[in-house]
Amino acid sequence: MKFGRFLTGLGVLIVVGVAGAFVYAWKPEIAPIKPPERASFDQALIEHGAKLAAVGNCTACHTNPGGKSFAGGLTIPTPFGTIHSSNITPDAETGIGTWSEAAFQRAMRDGVGRKGEHLYPAFPYDHFTNVSDDDNRALYAFLMTRQPVKATPPPNELPFPLNVRLVLAGWKMLFFRDGAYQPDASQSEEWNRGAYLVDGLGHCGACHTPRNTLGAEKASLHLAGGEAEGWSAFALDGSSPAPVVWDEEGLYTYLRQGWHPDHGVANGPMSEVTGNLGLLPDSDIRAMATYIASIVGEPSAERRAKSEQLLQEIKSGPITSAIGNDQSALGGKGAAIYQAACAACHENGRPQPFGGLDLRLSSTVHAPDAQNAINMVLYGLPAASGRTSAIMPGFADVLTNDQLNDLLGYLRQHFTDQAPWGDVVQRAADTRTGKYHVSVRPSDGIERGPSNIGAEDQ
Amino acid sequence: MKLNVNGSTHEVDADPATPLLYVLRNDLELNAAKFGCGLGQCGACTVMVDGKAIFSCLTPILLLEGREIKTVEGLGTIDSPGPMQQAFIEEQAAQCGYCIPGMMMRAQALLQSKPDASDAEIQTTLEPNLCRCGTHMRILKAVKRARELMKTAAMAPASGERKV
Repeated sequence: MKFGRFLTGLGVLIVVGVAGAFVYAWKPEIAPIKPPERASFDQALIEHGAKLAAVGNCTACHTNPGGKSFAGGLTIPTPFGTIHSSNITPDAETGIGTWSEAAFQRAMRDGVGRKGEHLYPAFPYDHFTNVSDDDNRALYAFLMTRQPVKATPPPNELPFPLNVRLVLAGWKMLFFRDGAYQPDASQSEEWNRGAYLVDGLGHCGACHTPRNTLGAEKASLHLAGGEAEGWSAFALDGSSPAPVVWDEEGLYTYLRQGWHPDHGVANGPMSEVTGNLGLLPDSDIRAMATYIASIVGEPSAERRAKSEQLLQEIKSGPITSAIGNDQSALGGKGAAIYQAACAACHENGRPQPFGGLDLRLSSTVHAPDAQNAINMVLYGLPAASGRTSAIMPGFADVLTNDQLNDLLGYLRQHFTDQAPWGDVVQRAADTRTGKYHVSVRPSDGIERGPSNIGAEDQ
Repeated sequence: MKLNVNGSTHEVDADPATPLLYVLRNDLELNAAKFGCGLGQCGACTVMVDGKAIFSCLTPILLLEGREIKTVEGLGTIDSPGPMQQAFIEEQAAQCGYCIPGMMMRAQALLQSKPDASDAEIQTTLEPNLCRCGTHMRILKAVKRARELMKTAAMAPASGERKV
């Protein structure tokens, strides 16, 4: 009897729980509107929105390389399945043409589409929720005045139950807190501006923060290094692999111009980011540098001394002019490859960004894993079309995986004090077959429009 | 060490770190591939290795043991030019001609692996190869012609003799 009552009680509880969850999860549709006329938006607001869209790097996911801007359809591989980005042009049928500003504000703040559907967190609303109403208004004005494109992305390929959007309500309950950015009164106005841009629209953590098994950023490891489109997004905190310590000035220079003499040129998805940031005023870049420098923190005296000593050594020129005789433990093969294939650029003293970086300065060679080094050597840095840019040829068709392993073994041994990478051959094989998906972009990939022909997915 | 170039094996007496380009030109006297920038940025030195276009100025021969190297000399002869060479002659694609061997080898690699490459693919693929004279339009035209000639050549008798 008692047990029966217990069961009934449990049943009621489950029903109430499920109903409650459903009520929590259910979001109403926001009525469609007729796509607004361009004249209904203030020109200054549209221009402001263009800058904000650049900060948000909207184009990176919502434009297919070679396709129409913001028309979506980019394949985004995730550990859970494949997502295709949506069309955010103001086309009424296939884009967001029927979205009112309120619907747009809700998507940014709560990750909910106009019809009330929960959006997948590949759309980084965990960051975008920080964006102010005013900035969302400007973004809306910008997007609603783009060229409408009729294009429907392919359906997402996600296994059950992830293909049921209601499940996302549970994900949000666990990992998502909505609400606009609240300034930290103990910090400067500049720092707060930087935090707003970096943690909000800039969504730096989407790549630079590691994720848990359910794909949510680990809050305790904020900006401690993550992954982006097959590239390691290096740690921005004290664990950064950069041989020269990042400081506010260095970060400002790098973010402003896309390269830094002591760190090299932005590559992979980051080149798109620095390209986009070109639209921002110096003051915003400065604010971002201020905030990130506070994340980097004060380096230890030992680290600082090592960094300064390295800079002194660099000034006296390359160290490896005699490497032909370096018949080291790695059989000298890696050294010979380096000398013949790499040194012509990496040791000719030509300054950044057009010369090869002295690899003693390279975060990639000092990194915890070999992925970026593999990507760099296999695919290089494609030239940007129609303008001067940094460039590096790729060696995918020259080097076998064993030869690549010899080369990277040599680089690691010769240019760093780090332990060898153990898994280069396997990683390289997975990278080449596409089992591990890597996207390759030109150094200043601002737009993924048709003229950006260097962009391709490997 | 032994190098397989244009179908025959050559015994080469050179430092294993020597770039392929120097060995081709100085040791084997195959002068089609040119030295341009020496940095893999102009494409004048492009040759084929195992069917792929590579920069020979940046490729030490120690990487090439047992692999098949092909240069313009391997595409045909003066008397019997191959389809790629024939196309470049017919379209008069060369001005100074310095970039042309590299252009031909990169185009050959593309059309061998993708006989129906689109015009856009041809243009994208040739992007790493620079031409200072500005004959790009004629070069592109020649490659498109080669695309057609190669299809006919593929159907020619096995002797490899080109029927005119």
